[in-house]
Formats: sequence, C-alpha cells, structure tokens
Amino acid sequence: MTYFLQQLANGLALGSIYALLAIGLTMVYGILRLINFAHGDLMMLGSYLAAVMIGSAYFPIVLAVLVPTVIIGMFGLLVERVAYRPLRGAPEVALLITSLGVSRLIQNSTVLGISPQPRSFRLPGDLTESFTVGGIRLTQLDLLTFVLVLVLMVGLTTFINRSRTGMAMRASSENLQAARLIGINVNHVVGAAFLIGSALAGVAGFLWAGRYGIIDPFMGFLPGLKAFVAAVIGGIGSIRGAVVGGILLGIAEIGFVGFLPPEYSGFRDAFVFGLLLLVLLVRPNGLFGTSEIERA
Amino acid sequence: MLELEDLHVSYGKIVALRGVSISIAEGEIVTVVGGNGAGKTTTLRTISGILRPTSGRIVFKGRDLSGLATDEVVKAGLAHSPEGRLIFGRMTIAENLRLGAYNRKASVDIKGDMDRMYEMFPVLGQRRQQRAGTLSGGEQQMLAIGRSLMSRPDLLLMDEPSLGLAPLVVAQIFEVIVELREQGVTILLVEQNANEALRVSDRTYVLETGLVTMQGPSEALLHDPQLRTAYLGLD
Repeated sequence: MTYFLQQLANGLALGSIYALLAIGLTMVYGILRLINFAHGDLMMLGSYLAAVMIGSAYFPIVLAVLVPTVIIGMFGLLVERVAYRPLRGAPEVALLITSLGVSRLIQNSTVLGISPQPRSFRLPGDLTESFTVGGIRLTQLDLLTFVLVLVLMVGLTTFINRSRTGMAMRASSENLQAARLIGINVNHVVGAAFLIGSALAGVAGFLWAGRYGIIDPFMGFLPGLKAFVAAVIGGIGSIRGAVVGGILLGIAEIGFVGFLPPEYSGFRDAFVFGLLLLVLLVRPNGLFGTSEIERA
Repeated sequence: MLELEDLHVSYGKIVALRGVSISIAEGEIVTVVGGNGAGKTTTLRTISGILRPTSGRIVFKGRDLSGLATDEVVKAGLAHSPEGRLIFGRMTIAENLRLGAYNRKASVDIKGDMDRMYEMFPVLGQRRQQRAGTLSGGEQQMLAIGRSLMSRPDLLLMDEPSLGLAPLVVAQIFEVIVELREQGVTILLVEQNANEALRVSDRTYVLETGLVTMQGPSEALLHDPQLRTAYLGLD
C-alpha cells in the first residue's frame, strides 16, 4: 500500500509538470490550431536560466523560479511575433512545420551558444531534503511542485473564467471568426496565450531540472511531446483537460515503471504514446473535449 | 452613414463582387436580396474587414474603412451579426452578451444594456447562466442579435437572420427587426426571405452575380413584376 501511494505521489509530481506544459499547448492549439513543437524547448531554456540563477551565490532561490517564468514568457511572445504571426491565415500545416523549425533552431542555438554537453543541475540543499508523511517520502521540491502547480491552476482558472481577456480567449478558442466579429483583437488574445503558456513552461523548466538534476539542449523535446499527448488525452483546447490529462499521464507513466518488471521500464515512452492511441480509439475528443461539429 | 463605392472583391481568381455601390442613410433599413452566390455575404464580410476589396471604397461616417482589421471596424461603430449566428455555444448567455460589449469600457452601462437585452428577449433573460449551445436555433439567433447590439453600433449588419428557422420563429425575428427600426437602429439586412425583408425595409438592392441589378424603395420593388417572379415566388 505504501509502495502504491509512493508511486502515486511520484506520478503526481511528474504529472504536475506535464500539466504545466500541456496548458500552454492546449491554449495555443485552441486558438490557432497550432501544434507547437517548440514548447518543450522553451522549457529547456527555462531550465538553463534556472541553472544560471542557482549557480550564482548572489541570487535567492525564488529567482530560480521567477526569472525563467518572466523571461521565457516574454521569449514565447517574441517567438509568436517573429515566427507565427506572419503565418496568420496560412494553412495549419505551415504553422506546424514552422514550429518544428523553431524547435530545431532553439536546440541548435543552445548547442552552439552554450554546449552540447549535458550539465548537472544542483538544487540548493534544503530543496532536496526529504521528509516522510504516512510512509511516503517526499522531497521539499515535490512539495514545492504541488503548491506551485495548485496556485498557478487556481490563478489561471480565475483569470480565464473571470477576466475580460480570459473570456476573449475562451471565445477565440471556440470560434475565431465570431471572436473577430465582436471586436476582439485576435493578436492580443494569441499573445496572451503565448505569454501565459510560455511562462508556465519556464516554471516547468525549473521543476523538471530540479527533479532530474541534469539538463541538456535536447531535454525539452520529449516532455513537450508527452505534454501534447496529455493535452490530447484531456481534450485538446480544454485547460481543465490539460491539467487532468497531464496528471493522469504522469501517474500512468510512473505506474508503468513502478509496477512492471524493471526490464520493461525502457518502454515507458512507447507506453505513453500507446496510451494516447488507446484513448483516441475510445474517446477521439479526449476526456473533456468537444467535437469540431459541436463547436460550429 | 455607409457608402460602398464601386466595390470589387475576389476569392483568388474567382470574382465575387464586380463593382457594387450601396448607400445607407442614418435610421434606414436597407435590404440586399439575391440568389445563392450573388455576393450578399461577401458584401457584408468585406464591410467588416474579413475580406479585402481589390478596388473600391468603404466609407463609414466619413471615414474610409478599407484596410482596417475587423476589430477596428467594430470599434468604428459597426456590428456584424453573421450568417449561421456563430454564438459561443460553450459559454453562458450572459457571457455571450458581455462579450458583445468587449470594446466598451463603462461596466455600469454594459450591465444596463444587458438588462435591456433580457427585456427585449425574455427567453434569454430566463436562462442567463445557461450555456448558449443549449438554446434553440431561433433563440440563438436572438442571442446573436443581442450580442451585436451590445456594442451599441451605429450600423448593424445582419446576415440571413431567418436562415434555417421555422416559419413561426422567422416571424419573431422579423418582429425584432421592426422593433429595432422603431428604436432608430440603422440596419443593412441580407436575406433570402425576400418577401419579409422587403416589407420591413426602406430600400432594397438586388444583387446578381456580383452586380447591383435593381434598386429602389422596397415598397416599389415589392410590386415590381420582374422581382416578384424572380425572388418573391409570386406571379
């Protein structure tokens, strides 16, 4: 039982990071129908920024979260402005290919500008300290992950449901044409989606690096892809779906590794994508998704 | 209030409008009738800035609108109630109306206007927190009209408000248009239901394959033998 709960807690921690990434993907997809392959690479940049903050004795640990959040948020805004906005009205596949290009560009710029070598990411001692609750071992970082994700979720949900911009984002995601016709400036809404989504990817960068203790220029691609899987499982376009999908995926992945013989654990990525196929067979629109027909 | 001057619009190589000139004065209801593919919806979409004219001008309250983005056109005082309604089905009725006033600042006035809409459309008032997607077609149309009125437009563009609705509901929609006319709202109405549209409007333009082929007071066109056979199904 304790082992089960332990795996659950581990899955929850990993799933929370997927959820953070999935939110940005689902928001952007909802409005632009863009599968943003570069999203995971923003997370990678966030990890490097966090590493800089942690590596220097002058900065308090709060900055290791805050700086990636702010800078990656603004960087996402810049990427949208430079790479995606000129393609407004272009076929969706052009956007998709562009995002692959952006992804490669970010990865290789990091290789060139920093180093292709992985480097270690050392959290300050107190964050790696662990404690035991009901037999489950948790680190301070796990706790920080849960609290951060919870606070961000509540904040984001309030923003999306109550604020004028949040309402405009929901409207644009439901029907872009109609949103334009009632006077919504779509560029502002898309900008807001990129700013928020990328900022959350920045937070994820800190958490991911802290969790695995190692960073490299290509570390973002797979988590980005898995977060997209999470968004699809939850129902692409739905923020609630992204959160639930992310957490479920994290738990399933850890469960797969934790409960099957160790020789299978190399197949964890295959398992994740297999899970996607299964969900799509049973519920093509994901858990909280609506079909395109309903949207019309 | 609105002048379309020799408007040409194409979709790629396909020419949709071949020199359309239409004018609307303040307080008028002007109808555009015509068959499928005549260019009625294209005309409205060009006014709203969704489509760009290849030549010609759109002058609204003395200002040239051609080249403006749709949200700027809305800010200039134009509202477009689109074909197929395009309400936000996953959002509540109240949210749909609130979004209609997206570019307005004073929240007190917005509240007041929402109450006016609930008065004008009691079905909406009874279901403020209900998802708009659960409304019937006619109710959705009323919501779409209400939403476009929430921006307090100087000119309302209505694209096929009676499309796909039951006869009884169509009658209700036209009652709403008559009511708006009494309130002094200026309307450019595009309709396939030419008979009703001519009855509620001051002047009418007939559009055929991208050209205005007939125009005049609706009253006169209603009795024009040619128009009666072509569009009113009467002979």
